[in-house]
Amino acid sequence: MTMRDRALFALVALLIAGTGFLQSWNAALFILNYGLISAVMALGVNLQWGYAGLFNIGVMGFSAMGGLAVVLIAMPPVPEAWAAGGVRVWAGLAVGLGVIAGAIAIWRKMAKGRLRGLAMIVWLIAGFFLYRAIFDPAVEAIEAIDPAATGYLGGLGLPVLIGWPVGALLAAGAAWVIGKTALGLRSDYLAIATLGIAEIIIAVLKNEDWLSRGVKNVNGIPRPVPYEVDLQSSAEFVARAQELGLDPLTASTIFVKLLYAGLFALVLVVLLWLCEKALKSPWGRMMRAIRDNETAAAAMGKDVTRRHLQIFILGSAICGLAGAMMITYDSQLTPSSFQPLRFTFLIWVMVIVGGSGNNWGSVLGGFLIWFLWVQVEPFGAWLMGAITSGMADGSALKTHLLDSVAHMRLLTMGVVLLVVLRFSPRGLIPER
Amino acid sequence: MEFLNALVAFANFVLVPATAYGAQLALGALGVTLIYGILRFSNFAHGDTMAFGTMVTILVTWALQAAGVSFGPLPTALLALPFGIAGTALMVLGTDRLVYRFYREQRAKPVILVIVSMGVMFILNGVVRIIIGPGEQNFADGERFIVTAREFKTMTGLDEGLAIRSTQGLTIVTAVIVVALLFWFLTYTRTGKSMRAFSDNEDLALLSGINPERVVAITWIIVAALATIAGVLYGLDKSFKPFTYFQLLLPIFASAIVGGIGSPLGAIAGGFLIAYSEVMVTYAWKKVLTYTLPDNLAPDGLVQLLSTDYKFAVSFVILVIVLLFRPTGLFRGKSI
Repeated sequence: MTMRDRALFALVALLIAGTGFLQSWNAALFILNYGLISAVMALGVNLQWGYAGLFNIGVMGFSAMGGLAVVLIAMPPVPEAWAAGGVRVWAGLAVGLGVIAGAIAIWRKMAKGRLRGLAMIVWLIAGFFLYRAIFDPAVEAIEAIDPAATGYLGGLGLPVLIGWPVGALLAAGAAWVIGKTALGLRSDYLAIATLGIAEIIIAVLKNEDWLSRGVKNVNGIPRPVPYEVDLQSSAEFVARAQELGLDPLTASTIFVKLLYAGLFALVLVVLLWLCEKALKSPWGRMMRAIRDNETAAAAMGKDVTRRHLQIFILGSAICGLAGAMMITYDSQLTPSSFQPLRFTFLIWVMVIVGGSGNNWGSVLGGFLIWFLWVQVEPFGAWLMGAITSGMADGSALKTHLLDSVAHMRLLTMGVVLLVVLRFSPRGLIPER
Repeated sequence: MEFLNALVAFANFVLVPATAYGAQLALGALGVTLIYGILRFSNFAHGDTMAFGTMVTILVTWALQAAGVSFGPLPTALLALPFGIAGTALMVLGTDRLVYRFYREQRAKPVILVIVSMGVMFILNGVVRIIIGPGEQNFADGERFIVTAREFKTMTGLDEGLAIRSTQGLTIVTAVIVVALLFWFLTYTRTGKSMRAFSDNEDLALLSGINPERVVAITWIIVAALATIAGVLYGLDKSFKPFTYFQLLLPIFASAIVGGIGSPLGAIAGGFLIAYSEVMVTYAWKKVLTYTLPDNLAPDGLVQLLSTDYKFAVSFVILVIVLLFRPTGLFRGKSI
């Protein structure tokens, strides 16, 4: 790290501390915690883009897989729903997978020709109806059970932290499927394929009520840290808070956020250490060699597509982990809140602005861009207030301008991205 | 009779809407594929360019409506369309001047241009939402139907009605005219020929004295026109909402890639393929099957293969199949 890098990190720390002094420490810790999560996501994207030049714009989908894992691991199971159709649903899914595997086998085993195509299509259509015949009644039965409170299978009731590695695994699985089909083709094709799978994953979360309650959301996911209410009723905690001169309410919210910050920071530090080690190892040099000249690397005997698949899975797994952390922090899974601009393209801005190919850069970008994303709105409101102060109250234009403040952040992010790409294309902390 | 009823129901719920949707997708995909052929990058801001053009058109439409101007049975938006195209053309030419030209001169890698277009996408997203808001806008006026279901029933004496909305008819007619003009332009005019030459082999085209900046500028103007027309037709047919236009990016790109990116003919074929598959897979076939099958075989359920929320999955699956079996697309576009 050079002096300049340290100064940049100090600047980010100052910005967050400034939020603490000027607004509130709760707001500052909110930015810090989401900044930590964003930094982890940015590390994942940097692994794919910075190390290997893979263009993944399905970050939203992989993060959502992580969020789903948290629900499936941590929520208490719903025994009535399991009795109504739990086994049957999974049997239906297994049949579906079997049909796809069978289709692949037909394609591989049969001789080339018209018969092969016909056999595969017939097999797929028959398989689809069989799958729906097993699957649909079970879904109906599960969703009928107390839809206002459950209406889904629930999870396994295990500690929520187990959901984090499982989230990484789920995302890795999705990445494997995508990577198998789209890697080795043009980079734009991978982009479109990942964009598509992300939309589909969100559509599944929104519509498969038996799995994730859909748009009814899963609330009250168990936490890895104590609840504020419990802290406020604990005499010891209240006494400690008063020693520090804080009222118990504020103290408890700040304490909980600090605990989360510790957990997230631990994950970030471990990942950062691993990523740095990987970058400086022969493996990292090989990845960069492949990125810079695929033909030359292939001539040296490197299996380019296989390496790409490997790093694509690793990066997506990190995005899944970050998604799991985020849903744990929110304590709720709201599928409709997953927007591509916020969960995919914003992460890209972080990586590009921070410096692609440099892990410290991605971490810096994660914090800095998240800070901007949050603070542009109050700043924009102030700016619009200043612009419109001369206008008559209640005029249509004034109301319109004041209402449009919320969209300033999109504009700002675009401008930031374009300015960095133009004048400092290697980012704030360039690759070394 | 039964069979005719089935046919009419099929036309009413699948054929007509899917043809209109396919025409809209094809126009969008043509824009993407032209940018790809001439400027050599995938423009992620295309959906938002469509939204921008539609927004300008809507604003002019409102102004015309306020001034009491109308276009008889046709929607006023058609009168406003030239203004929308002009506004969008100015916007994309400005963007090219301010943003893309720098990277073109540097001969930057295509993927850098893709990331740049992401930045443009953010800005356009913000601009459109600031000006017109994120909500839904309906701006269709004029005659609503060419043929209503009731008229059709009394005319033919069938049980099923066939309704053709004027926006659907308009979409198809406009698309045919626009596509014919575009192909005439690309095939017969000097500028069109120079565009194709530039797309085939840039260096050779430069050697033979083609001015690249002129080709690029004309491409942007054509793309602005295509995007605005596609956006306005989509908005008239359904409704205008910035986020929906952003989401159109996926089916549009799928159409362009499935047809063979860089190939205009492929873009049209891809658009219709995606649209028909999307509508057919998400349509509930109960009615059609009840008419065609004997009574004892009539289905109980809706016979809907996928719920409409999964329509993106259809574009995606077709895309994956094409990528797996024929990565250059149906019409042999640019190689991998």
